[in-house]
Amino acid sequence: MLKKIEAIIREEKLADVKDALDEIGIKGLNIIEIRGRGRQGGIKLVGRSGSYRVDMLPKLQLNIILSEDNLTETIEAICSAASTGEAGDGLIFIYPVEEVVRIRTGERGREAVMYPGDIDQRKGDPS
Amino acid sequence: MSTAVINTGDTAWMLVCCSLVLMMTPALAFFYGGMVRRKNILSTLTLNYVFMALIGVQWVLYGFSLAFGPDIAGVVGSLAHVGFAGVGAAPNGQYSAGIPFSLFAAFQMMFAVITPALVTGAFVERVRFKTFLLFALIWSTLVYDPLCHWVWGVGGWLRELGVLDFAGGTVVHIAAGFSALAFAMVVGPRKGFPKAMMEPHNIPYTLLGTGLLWVGWFGFNAGSALGANGVAANALITTNTSGATAGLVWMLLSWLDGRPSALGLATGMVVGLAAVTPASGFVTPLSAMVIGAVAAPLSYYAIRFRIKRGLDESLDVWACHGIASTWGMLATGLLATKAVNPDGANGLFYGNPSQVGIQLVGMVVTMVLAFGVTYVVAKALDWSIGLRVPDIEEEVGLDISSHGERAYS
Repeated sequence: MLKKIEAIIREEKLADVKDALDEIGIKGLNIIEIRGRGRQGGIKLVGRSGSYRVDMLPKLQLNIILSEDNLTETIEAICSAASTGEAGDGLIFIYPVEEVVRIRTGERGREAVMYPGDIDQRKGDPS
Repeated sequence: MSTAVINTGDTAWMLVCCSLVLMMTPALAFFYGGMVRRKNILSTLTLNYVFMALIGVQWVLYGFSLAFGPDIAGVVGSLAHVGFAGVGAAPNGQYSAGIPFSLFAAFQMMFAVITPALVTGAFVERVRFKTFLLFALIWSTLVYDPLCHWVWGVGGWLRELGVLDFAGGTVVHIAAGFSALAFAMVVGPRKGFPKAMMEPHNIPYTLLGTGLLWVGWFGFNAGSALGANGVAANALITTNTSGATAGLVWMLLSWLDGRPSALGLATGMVVGLAAVTPASGFVTPLSAMVIGAVAAPLSYYAIRFRIKRGLDESLDVWACHGIASTWGMLATGLLATKAVNPDGANGLFYGNPSQVGIQLVGMVVTMVLAFGVTYVVAKALDWSIGLRVPDIEEEVGLDISSHGERAYS
């Protein structure tokens, strides 16, 4: 069963998250620049005189397709790399994926998202 | 008078100053433009740039004559210089013995251009362009030209009274500030104010504008000496000192409230420059430091006051120019000294308490004229052709709805 992770993270945490994912064997991913607000409803910025509140802050949405078996490990990696402990660290959403097709080869399903040294191969071959 | 000889040094300097002051209007446009939302940047720039065109014509046709034509009863200039008649290479000794009268007229034109442009900060992002153009012309004719005559025209009643206003504390900054206040009260707040976020869309524009304004201000204040001389040099130093001091103080105030903001630093600089404008040719550099240091908190808290009152005087023309220069005019009455400028007067601290009263008259008269006329004209235009664009056009933004353009594609 394939799953999609949509992780909303801080822009400045992208490098850390990519490194952490690399370490567990997740290479394929894409990002979307998004703007949004969470429970705290934005932040205060300094104006001409005093502060004003802005919401719709810039964030990154990280998209990853992976096997259900790898979810826990991947989520842990993202959480530990993207966390600062402050409001605004983001959220992770997980969806089922109906089908994946690799355009070049026509491969489908797990085949389509596999690559040498990926998280599954690493698990099978811990060296 | 026509026997006066052109002084090439003075003339060269004033040609440069005239150009420097011209640059202040586009500088102001970007200073303002950075603070509006991105859908209104072209509109905001246009509200400012258009004065270079509008007053560039009006001043030659009749504006200069109303302001500096031969005096009629202390109130207004005659029509003797309509179409720049009699405004040629020959100096007019009443105003400046060493430079062509035409150059004096051109230099003054740049002041007439930027002053109404200052007022636009009150009504950006919602004003109807057609109505604005009409307002601009009426305001220049009924407020700027007569006031300019009262304060600077030979025979003008405030000048005869002895009001000291070196480069436009009353004529430019108080007039613009209090007109902005009146217009904002009539036109009403932008849709969504104060709940919706009106975040500045390009603070770098505002900083760039600030830098260019500061450079231009040397022409504005030092140029108001109308010659290349010691008073000009003093005005340049006092201008710089007040702008610098107010910038520092404002930065500290914003730091105490959170962080040292770039927008705060820039705002403080402009406030210091506006505050010292009436005083620049009459006070010492250390006095200018006092002027800048006091101006910053005055304007800083005037903005708070304005916001607390729920008034959307959007870019704080009243707080930054009106209040700063009100203080500057008062400070001139306190700190002016003939040691700096023998053609000026002494202030309270130099043994002449009556100057304070004279300054007060100049300030109050300017406020009443600017606020009163603007309020009445704005109301009349609101009732007749409407001051604002329809709600939907305001929401879309004036760049598209008023000008059919977008700034960033």
